[in-house]
Formats: sequence, C-alpha cells, structure tokens
Amino acid sequence: MLDIRKPIARLGHNVIDGVWRAGVMARFFGQVLASSGTSFSRFRLVMREVYFSGVLSLIIIIVSGLFVGMVLGLQGFETLQKYGATESIGVLVALSLVRELGPVVAALLFASRAGSAITAEIGLMKTTEQLTAMDMMAVSPMARVIAPRFWAGIISMPILSLLFSAMGVFGGYIVGVVMIGVDNGAFWSQMQAAVDFRYDVLNGLVKAFVFGIAVTIIATFEGYDAPPTAEGVSGATTRTVVTSALTILALDLVLTAFMLRADH
Amino acid sequence: MLQDSLVEVESVSFAYGRRPILKGVSMRVPRGKLVAIMGASGSGKTTLLRIIGGQLTPTSGTVRLAGEDLHALDAAGLYRMRRRMSMLFQFGALFTDMTVFENVAFPLREHTKLSESMIRDLVMMKLEAVGMRGSHRLKPAELSGGMARRVALARAVVLDPALVMYDEPFAGLDPIALAVIGRLIRTLNDALGSTSIIVTHDVLESLQLVDYLYFISDGVIVGEGTPDEIRASKLPYVKQFVHGETDGPVPFHYPAAPYAKDVGLAPGAARA
Amino acid sequence: MERTTIDLWFGAFVTAGFVALMVLALKVGNLGAERATEVYRVEARFDNIGGLKARGPVRSAGVLEGRVQDIHFDNERFQAKVTLALDQRYKFPKDTSASILTSGLLGETYVGLEAGGDDKVLAGGDRITITQSAVVLEKLIGQFLFSKAQESPAAAPPPAASAPTIPASTPAKK
Repeated sequence: MLDIRKPIARLGHNVIDGVWRAGVMARFFGQVLASSGTSFSRFRLVMREVYFSGVLSLIIIIVSGLFVGMVLGLQGFETLQKYGATESIGVLVALSLVRELGPVVAALLFASRAGSAITAEIGLMKTTEQLTAMDMMAVSPMARVIAPRFWAGIISMPILSLLFSAMGVFGGYIVGVVMIGVDNGAFWSQMQAAVDFRYDVLNGLVKAFVFGIAVTIIATFEGYDAPPTAEGVSGATTRTVVTSALTILALDLVLTAFMLRADH
Repeated sequence: MLQDSLVEVESVSFAYGRRPILKGVSMRVPRGKLVAIMGASGSGKTTLLRIIGGQLTPTSGTVRLAGEDLHALDAAGLYRMRRRMSMLFQFGALFTDMTVFENVAFPLREHTKLSESMIRDLVMMKLEAVGMRGSHRLKPAELSGGMARRVALARAVVLDPALVMYDEPFAGLDPIALAVIGRLIRTLNDALGSTSIIVTHDVLESLQLVDYLYFISDGVIVGEGTPDEIRASKLPYVKQFVHGETDGPVPFHYPAAPYAKDVGLAPGAARA
Repeated sequence: MERTTIDLWFGAFVTAGFVALMVLALKVGNLGAERATEVYRVEARFDNIGGLKARGPVRSAGVLEGRVQDIHFDNERFQAKVTLALDQRYKFPKDTSASILTSGLLGETYVGLEAGGDDKVLAGGDRITITQSAVVLEKLIGQFLFSKAQESPAAAPPPAASAPTIPASTPAKK
C-alpha cells in the first residue's frame, strides 16, 4: 500500500527547509551589505564583475529582446486587426516590454546566464579552498569576492532590462512598420502618447533593480553555501536558476499589483 | 622543552555536533622549530590544524599564539594575528583567475603599501626561492600539482610569516616533487626564522625533515618525540605507523558482524 | 592611472544603458512632449464622466492643453467635480464648454474644450459652467428605440433591435 506519510513528511520538511534557507539568505544579505566598503573604495573590483555578468550577457539580451519585440509585433497585429486598431501596435509592444517583459525576461535570462555562472564560480572557489585561503590571508572573502559581484549585479540588471526593452521596441518597429506596413508616424506618436516615462519606464526600472538584488543575492548565496563537492556545486547552480525564476515572478506579481494600484 | 613556545595548545577538545573529533589535545611548538603532526586519515590532525589557524573554535581548551588566546580575539584581532601566519593548503588553493605572479603578489597588495616595483622584486625573489620564477605569467590551471604547490608555498611565505602551517604538503606528489617540497619547507623555515607545523601522514619524509613529531589517533595524542626517539619507539601505535604494519592498534578490519554469520555458516545468517 | 580594457567595457556598457534609457524616455515614452509647465486649475461639474480617469487628457481642437488633475464626487449636488490643470500658455474665454468625449471607438476618454466668445478669460480657480456629460451608450440606444416607437406607434420595432451603427470615427489626431 502506498505510504502517503513519507511524501507529505518530505514536503513539510522541504517547506521548512526552504523557509530556513530564506532566513539564512537574509542574514547573508546583511553580511554582504556590511562588507561592501571595499566594493566602493576599490571600484575596479566591481567593474570587473560588471564585465563578466553584464557585458557578457549583452548578446543574449539584445538578441532575445529583438525576437520578443518582433513576436509581440506579429501576435499583436493579428489581434488588433480585428478591431481596426493596427496603428496601436506600437503601444502594445512598448507597454508590454517596458512594464513587464523587459524587466522580467531580462532578469530570467540574467539569472540563467550570469547568476548560474556566479554560483558555479563561487562554489568552485569554495571547493578548492580558495575562499578559506583568502580568509587565512586575513582578507575577507565576503568583501573581496561576494560583495563586488553583488553590486555588479545591481548595476548590470537595470541596464540589461533597458536594452532589452529598447531592442524589443525596435523589433516591434521592424515587424510593424517595415514588414507589415503600419504608418511610421502613427506607430511612434501613438506609442509616445501611451507610454508615460514616470509610470511605465521608471516603474520598469524599479522592477529591474529589485530583480537584480534578488537574483544576485540568490546566486552568491547558493555559491557560498554549496557543499564543496562536484554534485554540491552543480546542485547549487540549478537551485540558483530555479529559485531566481520563482522569486522574480513572485516579486513581479507584488510589484505590479502595487504599481498599478498606486496609479489611480 | 623549556624554549619559548610560539604555539601552545592546551587541552583542546572539538566535536562536530555530537561526534567528538579531538579529546583533550595538548602540545607545544617551540619558536623556530619544524613540527609534524602525524596520524591516519580521520584522526583529527587536519581539524587540529584548522583550530590552530583560527578557522574552527574548540569546544573546550585554549590555543595561544605568542601568548595571546586566539579564539578570544574579535574578527579584527584575528585578521591581525593572521597577517603573521600563513597556511599552505593541500592542493595549493591558488586563485584560478589570477596569474602566478598575481597570486604571490596578493598578500603584498592587500596588506602593504609597497610600490609596484618593490612588489615585483619581492615576488620574483620568493618565486626564485621555490624555483618557479619562470612560470610567473602562467595561470594555475597550466601548472602541475607539484608546481602549483610550490607557487602556493611562495605565496605563503611572501610576507615572511612567523608561523607557517602545511596541510598535507606531500600528498599525491611524485618522489622528485616530494623531495623538492621537503627541502623547501626546511630551508625556508631556517632562512626566515619562522616556525612550521606540518600535518601529514608521510613518515619517511617527516622523519628526515622535522625537529619533533606528535602522533594523533582517534582524537588524542598517542606519542611524541624527536625523529630518533620515534624511530626507536616501542609504543604500539607509533610502531605500527612508522613501520607501516597492516594490523595493530589501528585494526585491519572495519567493524563488522562475525565472519561466519556473513557467509551463512551460523544461525542468523545474513541475507544477500 | 593606467587604463585597462575592463574600463572600456564598463564605460561602454553603462553608456549603452544610458542611451537605451534616453531612447525609451524620449522616443518611446512621453518625456520630451510633456515638459513640466506652469498650470492653472479650473473646475467643471458633470452629471456623468463616463470613463474619464485622473491624468486623462484635456484637449481643444484635438490639441493637448492639459490634464485632469482630480475627480471628486459632490455629495450635495450629486455630480462629478473634475479639476482640470491647464497649460498656462493657453487662455480660454469664460464661456468655454467642456464635454466628455472618447477618441475613436476604443480610445480613451478625454475632456474636450470648445472656446466660447467671451472677452474675459478663465483664471485659476474659476469654474466652467457649460458642461456636457459623457454619452452613455445604453441611454442612447434607449432614446433611439423610444423615438422610433414614437414615429410609428403601429409598427413595433423588430425584436432583435441591433445597435445603431456608429459611424467609423477617425482616431483622435494628436
């Protein structure tokens, strides 16, 4: 007979474990902030990490942004056609990107590419005792390794989100104006009327900033906490991507609800 | 030995959860001497080294470095203490994203305000001492195990520390690399006037190299002495260890049920 | 200070982000168009504001003149009290009329101002007296059916009275 107690017990255990981890992560966050002095006095460290997590993510962000914008253009045209409102295609593409898809998709891509790389790198440094060696040399690994990566993520994420949205609008332009033939003037003017800088662009930027914090903390924590074995690091890398994705989407729900309500 | 001791370990005990690893260990490391801590794998010797280095806190007992209680210090005090000591890790633990040069320069850049040219000279000197000066542009991934360990040794001594700790420095090395590391450890210890603690289970090298040995088994010190005393020792554990005997105080068999039971010749035979 | 390639990449990255922000702000968004201008406030009361929302546009002759600042319910008169923030540069005569209109079929609701002929102009704090409420579609259909029934009392209107065809209106010109 199927023993139902075991899976339930395991589920309960996992939930409690998850909550516990969240608590430890919060404490970790505090430690990272406390160790951030070096990140500012030796900004070169942060810049180097911005290169690795931000600049190297540019290709995937720009290409994905372009594709997403183009798909939005195609799908949007299909539906807007029924209402004779094809000139609003720019509005649809721009608002979708700037408010939602830009921050969210860029954050998901960032977590997959840069987040997992950070986790793997820190996990490997832990496994090969590099972090311990640094500690023994009286250099705080938190200040030298973890904190710069954190601040680099905070700087990179909003920039990547903006680039994603901008490329997406361009993709929508290519589909709408160049391929389908929507009027160029109407495309841009309707868009400009509908997209409000403060409520749409800035809100999207705030979202990207919050996502950046979440993804980077998760990535650095998982790396720092990983069991110092091959399986440990690989499991931590997977956990980074999964936990980041769930956290991004949950935060998106909260932020969107808050922003839309604060509007009226 | 009534010499001035740099490291004093007094009745240190350490448990990992409920599993005791060290049970009341006491030892002294006199200044300028090279001391080995020997024992089988899992005897607790690496744990003892980490306690002396301040990475772990003992559940009871004290560790004094130059008279100061190590674990009573705060984070800043611990870091201050650590600038005068260094550790060589088993696989070198070189920073993989930096070149050999930058690895050795790291402590200098972090803790001193020396000019770049001074740093360059010092790094080259230390690399020359370990025979790795020609590799200074390479990355750690391009070095063999023995070479990486030598570079790590250069990094460990770049600030001329008072205490150097070695975690299994001979493990996994070919006879040549082994002899090289051994010679380097001895020479640097004497040249710099520092004190060294080696954790190892390599008997032959240690007996030729060190000034004093401690034997740990199961979390307690079971023997100590100079190399000559150890070679002549009649203590069962020391004898088994030094002569490489397969059975003795450390049994050959992993604890198990009676043999007859497992092959099915006795009542209550084990099922496959 | 020596330069490294990292500096170049970092600078390029941040610049790219800044450019994207500018593009989104000016070309995609409305930052250039809506400069922070001086405004003066006037009030208007409507029986029904329809779908008008705060920050909705106020137009005259199709041109944006200001924004709806505030919408309150007047509990004594049971009307909607709308505060309009109008661009200081444009003055309207005291007998200007304000109507609630929709731009196009699916467009947003806006307040349309039609200038009257008075010499005196509206100042801050004044009230627009002539207002026209939003057209409620159900009432319009009801009126149509009622008037049709009045015309030919014998002929009952067909049971499935289709909604009057609303002429395809041009999308509001900007």
